[in-house]
Amino acid sequence: MTLMLRAEHLSKAFVLHNQGGTVLPVLADVGLSVHAGEAVVLAGPSGTGKSTLLRILYGNYRPSTGSVQVLHDGRMVDIVTADPRLVLEVRRRTLGYVSQFLRVIPRVSALDIVRDPMLGRGVADAEATRRARDMLARLNLPERLWSLPPATFSGGEQQRVNIARSFVDPTPIMLLDEPTASLDAGNREVVVDLVADARAAGAAIVGIFHDEAVRDRVATRRLDLTAFKAAA
Amino acid sequence: MNAPVPFPAPLEPLLTVDGVSKMYGDRIGCADVSFRLWPGEVLGIVGESGSGKSTLLRCLSGIDEPTSGKVRFRLEDDLVDVFSIPEPTRRALMRTAWGIVHQNPRDGLRMSVSAGGNVGERLMDRGDRHYGRIRESAAEWLSRVEIARDRLDDMPKRFSGGMQQRLQIARILVSEPRLVFMDEPTGGLDVSVQAKLLDLLRVLVRDLGIAAVIVTHDLAVARLLTDRLMVMKDGRVVEEGLTDQVLDDPHHAYTQLLASAVLSA
Repeated sequence: MTLMLRAEHLSKAFVLHNQGGTVLPVLADVGLSVHAGEAVVLAGPSGTGKSTLLRILYGNYRPSTGSVQVLHDGRMVDIVTADPRLVLEVRRRTLGYVSQFLRVIPRVSALDIVRDPMLGRGVADAEATRRARDMLARLNLPERLWSLPPATFSGGEQQRVNIARSFVDPTPIMLLDEPTASLDAGNREVVVDLVADARAAGAAIVGIFHDEAVRDRVATRRLDLTAFKAAA
Repeated sequence: MNAPVPFPAPLEPLLTVDGVSKMYGDRIGCADVSFRLWPGEVLGIVGESGSGKSTLLRCLSGIDEPTSGKVRFRLEDDLVDVFSIPEPTRRALMRTAWGIVHQNPRDGLRMSVSAGGNVGERLMDRGDRHYGRIRESAAEWLSRVEIARDRLDDMPKRFSGGMQQRLQIARILVSEPRLVFMDEPTGGLDVSVQAKLLDLLRVLVRDLGIAAVIVTHDLAVARLLTDRLMVMKDGRVVEEGLTDQVLDDPHHAYTQLLASAVLSA
């Protein structure tokens, strides 16, 4: 199996300069390798740094030490040291991140939010529209909402727009931060299927899932972060 | 709503800035700023009032000559030093390849010329002479920025602040500049008008593949519009990186203070 992501010796401490230079250590010396078709679920109680690790893998947080190599265009790129332009390119085509929350762009319709990443990857307009509609339907978002901006949608509806946007054209590596948090049972099932489809298509997945049942069905492997908790 | 950013990404930067400083006597306007900007990229410059961000923008956009350092712009295959070319050439560059969106639309508009005239003038600068086509282009751009066609012959002073700002943006973008400088483009506007304008800018930048430098003190605006961020304090860049990195995991004390001072950016 192809190695898609390899993180080595990651540690992270936050330094709060405006609180007397308080240092908050979160992770110490975490390593992780993920191959195509695998889904690694991060485990451990709150505060063990699951979200922090996921954000480091995405290049959103900068680790204190370590590297995050991802397979992009047939070569390994270190997200930690790569030029910002390259990081954006890796995110556009290789590395996706699904958070619990939709960052609402004012006035943009749900359909356009879902189409947007595909257009950025050069998918033709009509094709992007067709796939976006199919995905919103699969996630049971009522059709009357598709042309509306999601600002006024319920939490679960916004979350489904967010999931549709990410899974309509899955990237080779997907990072999932509790994507099922505000969904009902039916829609959780859809997300479990979407993750399975992405894996079957060769995606490598790293995720955080609070729901035990979902976690057990999604995971091919678990990584418990309790052991890597940095000493405070 | 298509025409994605050209791929493969262009190899050469559009704007190359090396060691730019501007002194006002002994006082530092901005000091030792360097960066590269590529086509299709949006760079944000944030910092509080007096941090030197507007001074820097004036140097970058050819308005004020820096005390030291170089600003070079890629024109075809040449890297042109913006302040060593003759004044008329620089003025022509600023009118055609560049656009400057001022914070106060009155600084960017000709208040005694109709809305259509304001937009059409840039096309004439570029060499267009066909009256019918210029008027048609102007009307089309007014509708792109959501100003009704029947306002074409109205004077900008009869427009609201938000409309004036949209008119200014139409005036700049009609000539298809490759690089746009914006100084607090949503400053002084109502929140609802801001949202409209932000979405308009986001779509235009993406669809037209324009590179932009945006000065703002509003981190939510920076988050929505920019790819990369430079944080300025006392005339110097104290932190830079991907916008989401700088805002979500700020390392410098000043950036931490800025990021923690907003409710939700």
